[in-house]
Amino acid sequence: MAGLDDLYREIILDHYRSPRNRGELDHPTARTEGFNPLCGDELVVYLVVRDGVLEDIKLTGHGCSISQASSSMMSAAVKGKPLSDVRQIIDRFKSMMTVHEDGTDPEAAVTPDLRTDGELAALAGVVKFPVRIKCATLAWNTLTQAIDDAARA
Amino acid sequence: MTSFDPRRVRIDTPLLTREIHGRPITYLDSASSTLPPRAVIEAMDRYYTGHHANVHRGVYQTANEATEIYEGARAEVGRFIGAPDPENEVVFTKNTTEAFNLLARSWGAANLRAGDVVLVTEMEHHANIVPWFQLREERGIEVRFVPLGDDFRLDLKDLDRLFEGVKLFSFTAISNVLGTRNPVAALVRAAHDHGALAAVDAAQAVGHQRTDVRAWDADFVCFSAHKMLGPTGLGVFWTRAAILASMPPFLGGGGMIADVRTDGFVPASGPTRFEAGTPPIAEAAGLRAAVRYLTGLGLDAVAEYEHALTVTALDLLAESVDGRVRVIGPREATERTGVFSLDVEGVHPHDVAQVLDEYGVCVRPGHHCAKPLMRRYGLAATARASLGPYTLRGDLDVLVEALQATVKLFG
Repeated sequence: MAGLDDLYREIILDHYRSPRNRGELDHPTARTEGFNPLCGDELVVYLVVRDGVLEDIKLTGHGCSISQASSSMMSAAVKGKPLSDVRQIIDRFKSMMTVHEDGTDPEAAVTPDLRTDGELAALAGVVKFPVRIKCATLAWNTLTQAIDDAARA
Repeated sequence: MTSFDPRRVRIDTPLLTREIHGRPITYLDSASSTLPPRAVIEAMDRYYTGHHANVHRGVYQTANEATEIYEGARAEVGRFIGAPDPENEVVFTKNTTEAFNLLARSWGAANLRAGDVVLVTEMEHHANIVPWFQLREERGIEVRFVPLGDDFRLDLKDLDRLFEGVKLFSFTAISNVLGTRNPVAALVRAAHDHGALAAVDAAQAVGHQRTDVRAWDADFVCFSAHKMLGPTGLGVFWTRAAILASMPPFLGGGGMIADVRTDGFVPASGPTRFEAGTPPIAEAAGLRAAVRYLTGLGLDAVAEYEHALTVTALDLLAESVDGRVRVIGPREATERTGVFSLDVEGVHPHDVAQVLDEYGVCVRPGHHCAKPLMRRYGLAATARASLGPYTLRGDLDVLVEALQATVKLFG
């Protein structure tokens, strides 16, 4: 059975209490809003993309600990990386948040790897709480949109 | 004379024997949906086992029985709310939301013109807001809001100005977020004094206090079976027979007609005019059992008991969690019911509800389908705990224990 410890890892609570990359950017390549209408979570992603590199990222908004920690960890994981790497990280995270096959077997989800996934591995437990998956993915879906917006800018 | 005992209601309610994560369930979400007693479940089971047939059609024995059960439920619900003509004034809908859509689409569309005003309040459920906005888009009516004060009550200072041009005042008896109890009879009188009709959202009232549409002098009353110990999938729209007779049909189809030809149709008269298609017959049987069960408990006794528990809950929540839990709503128990919207300092309501679940405590996080109210008080969400006739003091103790754990976990 999934316990609270699976969800509220210490590293998650740390990111919730002290979120990284909070704030706005003055001249972003893209400024993209994300909403979770069910719980009222709101997020704004600011990006600076230059020469195919995600040079800077900042976030504002409000939400539960999972959405806040996920967005904070995401910002730390993608900042300064080439967009091709960023896309890989996004895909990897989304597959980690996908419950496969019949949707009832959390063990079937992608197994996180501490060496390659780093802190993000701590979010893998979210998949055991299906109604919270959307909290964890809000930032990542918004980032995907922001990268598209930046490409058009 | 009643012998109301919440421990008896607990024994009667099968779902309360469940364990959640190894702990007994602590169900504090009755404002979302109440738990049905065995009598309600058995009434539906008996219907399907022994009497099921379509209503109003067959001449065979079980078809007659099904019709009798369905129409009997209608009359019994009518008597339960003090309807003057109980057989002819209760329309069965899917839920409270559909009842308000019926009000807007049928009575509203027939009686409201561009510029007419529907007055609602800032504490309404979306069910009593969105249908009026839809009507506004179609025919240019105005939707006006009675504001909320900082005391979590309706601000009625400017009543004469608020009622200018109003044809209908549609408001809730009890706020599903704040627990605020509105002075229904006085508000209905104010509407009538200003030449308007009055509709009451009784969803949060019917299962918790005696409801008397005549004492309210209301023109329309809407509520749901599943918030009064009955089944889901069934709501009630009540209005006086004379008004009902003047309302055009809402949904078209079988069951709601007197005649259909290739060049048109003649609608049926009475409540069935608004009940197109095969209705929720088993659910009506369940609601009838719920009405009998609540009557047996004695709604005055239930109200008195829940009031005492509300006093206890407000004290406990104020004192027991290091002052970190704020109850969004009136502080005085006399002005409110057992609906407690909790704002836990530094913890998001979804996280509160998640930790509470670990303790088997069921509360509802979110905006409770009342976003104008949430905006008014600058809240994105709350974690809401609410009482039912089966709630015990012990449930509140578990709630407090779980809230303390929540505060500890998030620091």
